[in-house]
Amino acid sequence: MTQPAPAHPPHNDPSAAPRPIVTLDHVTKRFPGVVANDRVAFDLFPGEVHVLLGENGAGKSTLVGMLSGLQTPDEGGILIDHREVRIASPARALELGIGTVFQHSMLVPSLSVADNMALGGPWWSRPDRAGVARRMAQVCADIGVTIDPAAKVGTLSLGEQQQVEIVRALMRGSRVLILDEATAMLTPKGAEDLGALMGRLTRLGIAVVFITHKLNEALSFGNRITVLRLGRKVGEIAPERLAALGPAAATAEIIRLMFGTDAGAPADAAPRRARPGAAPLLVIEGLAVDDPAVPVERVDLAVAPGEILGLAGIDGNGQKQFAEALAGQRPLRAGRITLAGTSLERLDVGARRAHGLRYVTDDRLGEGTIGGFAISLNLLLKQVGESPFWRAGFDQPEAIAAHARRLVGEFDVRTPSIETPIGKLSGGNIQKALLARELSGAAKAVIFAKPTYGLDVNNIRATRQRIREAADRGLAVILISTDLEEVLELSDRIAVMSRGAVVGVVENDAAARGRVGELMSGVTA
Amino acid sequence: MTDTQISTPDLTEADRRDQTARAEARAELWRGRARVALLGIGPVIGALLLSALVLLALGVDPIAYYGFVIERGLINPYGLQATLTRMGPLLLLAAGLIVAFRAGIWNLGGDGQFLLSAVVVAALCPLLAPHLPVWLVLLVGLVVGALVGAVWSVLPALLKAYQGVNEIITTLMMTFLGVSFANVLVKLAFRDPATTVPQTRTLAVADRLPRLFDTTVSSGLLIGLVAVIAVHLVMTRTAFGLKLRIVGANPRAAIHAGLPVPALTVAVFALSAALAGLAGAVEILGVQGNVRADWNPHYAMTVIPLVFLARFNGFGSIAFVFLFSVLSIGGESAARRTGVPNFFTLVVVAILLVMLGVAEYLDQRRRAAGK
Repeated sequence: MTQPAPAHPPHNDPSAAPRPIVTLDHVTKRFPGVVANDRVAFDLFPGEVHVLLGENGAGKSTLVGMLSGLQTPDEGGILIDHREVRIASPARALELGIGTVFQHSMLVPSLSVADNMALGGPWWSRPDRAGVARRMAQVCADIGVTIDPAAKVGTLSLGEQQQVEIVRALMRGSRVLILDEATAMLTPKGAEDLGALMGRLTRLGIAVVFITHKLNEALSFGNRITVLRLGRKVGEIAPERLAALGPAAATAEIIRLMFGTDAGAPADAAPRRARPGAAPLLVIEGLAVDDPAVPVERVDLAVAPGEILGLAGIDGNGQKQFAEALAGQRPLRAGRITLAGTSLERLDVGARRAHGLRYVTDDRLGEGTIGGFAISLNLLLKQVGESPFWRAGFDQPEAIAAHARRLVGEFDVRTPSIETPIGKLSGGNIQKALLARELSGAAKAVIFAKPTYGLDVNNIRATRQRIREAADRGLAVILISTDLEEVLELSDRIAVMSRGAVVGVVENDAAARGRVGELMSGVTA
Repeated sequence: MTDTQISTPDLTEADRRDQTARAEARAELWRGRARVALLGIGPVIGALLLSALVLLALGVDPIAYYGFVIERGLINPYGLQATLTRMGPLLLLAAGLIVAFRAGIWNLGGDGQFLLSAVVVAALCPLLAPHLPVWLVLLVGLVVGALVGAVWSVLPALLKAYQGVNEIITTLMMTFLGVSFANVLVKLAFRDPATTVPQTRTLAVADRLPRLFDTTVSSGLLIGLVAVIAVHLVMTRTAFGLKLRIVGANPRAAIHAGLPVPALTVAVFALSAALAGLAGAVEILGVQGNVRADWNPHYAMTVIPLVFLARFNGFGSIAFVFLFSVLSIGGESAARRTGVPNFFTLVVVAILLVMLGVAEYLDQRRRAAGK
């Protein structure tokens, strides 16, 4: 999973006229168990749209958080106009001229546009609505947008609300504007308008940081592109190079950067071999799930015993909805699920589990466990009332404790005691406990949702080993992951999910990386 | 620990680590218990001291007041028997609250459930008494009381289970409706034609719940004790109780684990409200015998802080209900003797609540500092 990061050429053009407004000087930010940013260097020039690309968990949000004052770097420094500064709070970031427009609106919907602009003023004075409107009109004229200051924010479209936030940031004197996944909620037309607006902003000499998942937007709106992967900066395409490459070559270059190039991959990641000729154990036909955000449509998958089917895709493309519907937590709209010849689609969670279907959730603390309950109970969370742990409805402390001790030993859960509340354990040990719960007993098929998300290197290795062992035992495995390296390392075949549908299934061979990357980015249909 | 190691020198390193870990876990457990006990008793002492200051400000000798309270509520045999009788319905209400609170459902509608059940039982049982044996009348009364309580929680239960409507609001509203409705019933439908003041017919003393041994203590106390202990065991030891606790602790985990969350929610409401209704029946069948118009002892609201003080623990609840009963029975006669208003007991409970909040806050700060 470790790709040799291409040595990033520093801004090696001394004749380049503008000096960077903001420089991140090899910043590192660690969270418990994760290095979110690893010595990332990043320059921001006036009059440029600098696109930040990367998968979920690549470290984009952390980088933005450090620029906007939500987080401070553990190592490295931030320079503004070549002077080192400490951005300890969002207010300080604004003072320094860095304005951020977050993905979700930070406006008060029940107030008018002008009142939203006046928020943050001193509490004892009346908002100067006329003055605000006047200054607003000027900024709007500068950047070529029209906003009615008296309109209630709640009545504006999402695109208009973003314009309001941009205007607000400019009125506060921002020279740097960060747009965090600004197009994620917009219609294609709205995204285009925003792109045009970014162009006008840069002509005023403002530096824009534009964060997106979408390659086409990065290419059409961006002047400079930086790609992050797993917390490291893996490449930067300077404006002149971007212009020279042209869209097709640039796309290829970005895919190479985002998903890595080495077709050979690490030695131990040689594609596994499914048992030949085995009939599918888990068959999913025409699965459809209703969801306000990402409805899932016509998913057809078949997994043989001993096979690992990777489900790749950018996060939020229906993987969670699919997994929950498969496990029985969420109603199906249509479709059939067959496990070893038994139809599961009408059964509830408990019955599906009893038939051997297991689901290792990625939301370990939110739904997988109850933080305040003892490990021993969390290990039995899906078997409450079953013998021999409960007899005639009463708990059997001996049986419960023996079961917990056995699993804690087998799965190497490091804990002071089986009575310890599970919430006190580290993320890796909580994941081990979850694996113990789902992989023990008569499992036939397992769905792993982002099984290594947020774990450290050792626990990632241990978890991947468990997944391989599960398949070697003859289980049908579906591995949902947004980490392409992981999917490539473990899977026999790889399905790609995009906007709620499986857009393709490929064999995990030498060409898989490129094909999957293309399917994921929506470059080819 | 040291002794163990010396006496068994061939203990492997792993065993020793294991033992140390277990000893630590045990010590942790005891520290936790001591902390809980302190958090329960500390506020009580604080509240009594602060109440004493209020009494001083009123010009009343607090020692004399507390002396009367203890004498009349605890030492005097009649007082003690009244105290124990008062505990019956309070314990049933506490049991109902423990079920709900442990399942994360804030049933604050106990007073409405209690009062409606009391009125229906008070109207029904005197009518049945001439025709049925006493034990059957009492049994019917208890069952009907529990059913009436449960029925009055159906609307909040369904709204919570299937629409996610906040049950704090709905149960409180149902209490307003229930209390008013109970009054309407007493004044119009169930009014005893033989009396001038509006009240229901009266159940003859001979037909009420039997007294315990040779005392005046109503057997409602036994029903209450059995209910609290049973609820405590169900919630801590059974699969059903664990399911309710899972729903209460993390509803999303409950869905993930495949528990029928809406059905369990309705079951919690039914149980909790049935116990509140049972409390109403016990109060009528054991103590009051009838319901006068505008009678509302607000027992359920009074029990809520006690259950919180006990951390939803059944045995702790018994202790706090006992303490409150002493305060309230003793407070009634102390009020007469010292000229302090009768409801001073409520002042003590209110201060107790504030002290509970303070203790909770201090404990959290201490724990936050410890980490």
